[in-house]
Amino acid sequence: MLYIEIFIAFFIPGIVGYGGGPASIPLIQAEVVDRYEWVTVEEFGELLAIANALPGPIATKMAGYIGYEVGGAFGSFVALFATVAPSLIAMLFLLGLLYKFKDSPRVKRMTALIKPTIAVLLGVLAFQFFSTSWYTTGLIQTIIIAIVSLMLLEKMNVHPSIVIVGALLYGAIFLGA
Amino acid sequence: MVWKTQRNIFIAFFRSGILGFGGGPSTIPLVHKEVVQQFKWMNDEEFADVLALGNTLPGPIATKMAGYIGYRVGGWLGLVNAILATILPTVFFLIGLIGILSTYRDSRIVIGMTQAITPVVGIMMIVLCYQFLKQSKKGLGSIQTILLTVISIIAYSLLNIHPAIVIGILIIYDLTKGEAKKKDSIKSEEKKQKVPS
Repeated sequence: MLYIEIFIAFFIPGIVGYGGGPASIPLIQAEVVDRYEWVTVEEFGELLAIANALPGPIATKMAGYIGYEVGGAFGSFVALFATVAPSLIAMLFLLGLLYKFKDSPRVKRMTALIKPTIAVLLGVLAFQFFSTSWYTTGLIQTIIIAIVSLMLLEKMNVHPSIVIVGALLYGAIFLGA
Repeated sequence: MVWKTQRNIFIAFFRSGILGFGGGPSTIPLVHKEVVQQFKWMNDEEFADVLALGNTLPGPIATKMAGYIGYRVGGWLGLVNAILATILPTVFFLIGLIGILSTYRDSRIVIGMTQAITPVVGIMMIVLCYQFLKQSKKGLGSIQTILLTVISIIAYSLLNIHPAIVIGILIIYDLTKGEAKKKDSIKSEEKKQKVPS
């Protein structure tokens, strides 16, 4: 019964949450705090803050951790499965269909038509990251880090992993002091 | 050979997961880097399709990309491999180190690190955005690209219409329309279909 509840608690945010994992966070909160009362609002907020400081997808971190707290290792597995599987199965099915017709002119034209929208989506995400940064770190630091990382990534072809580790070090030394 | 493929899948998604600060969407440019540039498992067109369909479906984007690409490259084992590589390291990290993490959560150093990474993620997103626009210009021409971009921006940012709906409309439009048509008719039809929604 507990595992079924865990499944439901993470299945619903997974199939209702549009806009990637971060968009499903309030939905997860509604399930685990309001409906099942596994964690308090304070605990949830604390956990979210900690999870946000770590890399990797946020929805699965929350699911894996809360599932573990509530139902042990198997609870963690159930929560992760409920988060990941439903939309992934739909994705495999739809992309399978698309792949079958990948040489058809319609599919080719479709790919062309959706590209600007995908670009806008990425642009809006970028804007959100920049405005968060402006708000928390200030405009000057944001511009400096942005320009330096753009130079490293695009002009000097440095691998993103090095740029990211470099930024973490820079933040620890110059923004953390 | 099989082992090597699986090892590469693991490396690709482990790296994108462990370097993606700020939730799943921040891993998109990293996954692109690994899948298109590093291991060359798919081209930009296929990646754009994966991203577009991933966005029309609900749920976390990082695991949808990982699962599908893992499956394409390495079958069911590749799917499981890619998902585990994406989510497990940080889930283990969170469960195992929650005590220590909560102690250091308010430390200036940790806050500084999270702050410094945000503009970097923004830049990676912008770069990918620019690449898609450039390719789109090559494929569709400037006018259609600008038109579709402006419509998407209006729909997404001003009217709060989720990109999934815009992408859905474009897919339905494409599938219900005949094969042969002039560029101009695509253009005006797009406008008619989307502005009222």
